Amino acid sequence: MSRGLLARLGLYAVAAWVAITLNFLLPRWMPGDPASALYARFQGRLEPSALDALRLTLGISDAPIGEQYVDYLGQLAHGELGTSLVYFPSPVSEVIAGGLGWTLFLAGGALIVAFTLGSTLGALAAWRRGGWLDSAVPPLLSLLGAFPYFWLAMAASWFLGFHLGWFPVRHAYGPEVQPGWTLAFAASTVRHAILPGATMVAASLGGWVLTMRNTMMGVLDDEPLRFAQARGLGPSRIFLHYGVRNALLPSLTSFGMALGFVLSGALLTEIVFAYPGQGYLLLQAVRGQDYPLLQGLFLTITLAVLGANAVVDVLVTALDPRTRG
Amino acid sequence: MIADRRARLGLALVLGFVSVALLGPLFVADPSAYLGPPLAPPSGDFWFGTTGQGQDVFAQTVVGARSTLLVATIVAGLTVFIGAVLGATAAYLGGVVDALLSLAVNVFLVMPGLPLIVVIAAFLPPGPVTMGVVLTLTGWPWHARVVRAQVASLRSRDFVAAAQVSGESTWRIVVVELLPNLAAVLGSSFIGALLYAVGAQVGLEFLGLGDLNAVTWGTNLYWATNDSALLTGSWWTFVPTGAGIAAFGFGLTLLGFVLDERANPRLAARGATGPGPQPTPVERADG
Repeated sequence: MSRGLLARLGLYAVAAWVAITLNFLLPRWMPGDPASALYARFQGRLEPSALDALRLTLGISDAPIGEQYVDYLGQLAHGELGTSLVYFPSPVSEVIAGGLGWTLFLAGGALIVAFTLGSTLGALAAWRRGGWLDSAVPPLLSLLGAFPYFWLAMAASWFLGFHLGWFPVRHAYGPEVQPGWTLAFAASTVRHAILPGATMVAASLGGWVLTMRNTMMGVLDDEPLRFAQARGLGPSRIFLHYGVRNALLPSLTSFGMALGFVLSGALLTEIVFAYPGQGYLLLQAVRGQDYPLLQGLFLTITLAVLGANAVVDVLVTALDPRTRG
Repeated sequence: MIADRRARLGLALVLGFVSVALLGPLFVADPSAYLGPPLAPPSGDFWFGTTGQGQDVFAQTVVGARSTLLVATIVAGLTVFIGAVLGATAAYLGGVVDALLSLAVNVFLVMPGLPLIVVIAAFLPPGPVTMGVVLTLTGWPWHARVVRAQVASLRSRDFVAAAQVSGESTWRIVVVELLPNLAAVLGSSFIGALLYAVGAQVGLEFLGLGDLNAVTWGTNLYWATNDSALLTGSWWTFVPTGAGIAAFGFGLTLLGFVLDERANPRLAARGATGPGPQPTPVERADG
């Protein structure tokens, strides 16, 4: 393994530790104590003894902070994230697991489509620098990208869903199908994913186009490409073999970075469509001041993004000889 | 730069919204007052219609711009300033300081933004101060990285060596000698920071993590969803605010393009900003 890759993987490990520790410190550092705040919210409906139970649920005790930290790490290692308040008495880990598949399906699909489509458009724009594609597409996509993700989702949901009635506007599948490995269920999930997925693609496409266009321009100005032209190779061969192939890998590196952005957008998009993934859970947690669920979501999403980044880095290193130091 | 069509449009959009934010609230109705029937479509009385509570959407859009843009400007200024000072210091001092700061920056950059912002904001009392603190805390690393890279390349130049030899303090060299050479980078960073601050603010408020009694672009969208704008087809409750956010953001993006292209002429499309790099005849024959 190269030193560069080791350093990157080390960075993810440090970031994971920071996230885990931050998650431990936040409820203890912040002004006011979430347990008391919750208790106040249910004023009169809870016995005073319930306050202690709440504090326990939130993992706050009077033990020395070092001891609490060790306890916390131990629980985490067993996948213990506490008990959700909104979905009481379900454990947070169970609630999150229930929404994970939907988010992976929706955000993963949108990310792959946006990356493929955006990189193709960007490569073509760079190839015909100053052509109609190059002058029309980036500004148009930047305009689209200027809208907040979730606003595009609202607009699409109203116009294409409510007004024209072309797509379902809420939930991940219709009430007429039962979850299971049936064709009807699969068709329903796809139909429900098109609108939220398309808004996510529309909002993130511009970034991919620009990244690919700019990398590709650098590659197209390079010596090997000029040599290929001098040898009289055909344009399509130069485009694919010398241009796209060399420009794609740096673009793939930013794939990992973009994951966090896309996921953040996906969370808000899910909310608009009441799509039962992590974003919808996040909304429930915020509205219900469900701190255990909120923290569990933060931790799960952060660690998932870090893990995905690590995988992308290992792949890029394996594919690209230039990154092997 | 002003001669560039995109720069002119961008500048007009940004300045337009800044004037609306500064002066607009003086000329519109009280955005929180219940003035008309709920969910009335746009009409002569209510240009942009009314909300689910009978408030004037036009007034809410105009007044919302003020709070959102004010917080965004303060956050952008702070994040770029903190990022610039830390990034420049790290690059200038090098060694352990640089290594530690780079690690901190990279750790924050690989963590997904929204969940972090949401979890911090949820533990703080809602309001513009929380918003500012949270967005500043999470926004500076990107600028620190960009400035650090730029300063690292400036550091080895002769004028810095001359300042060191003449006995200027580190602080003075960073602020007086290095920062002015970063104008283009800082400008581009500030634009990026404004975009981030508007987007993140609106996103947080949409989730319900803002002060719900205040009128901002984010709370406008929060209430639009809460009042079931989508299920009743009341497009006018969310379209004006979204169009405002997008137009302001698009203006900033255009300005950002122009700044980036000035810093890196290779990115320029031929003829858009004067003579760019000329393509080789072979390329032209293919095109």
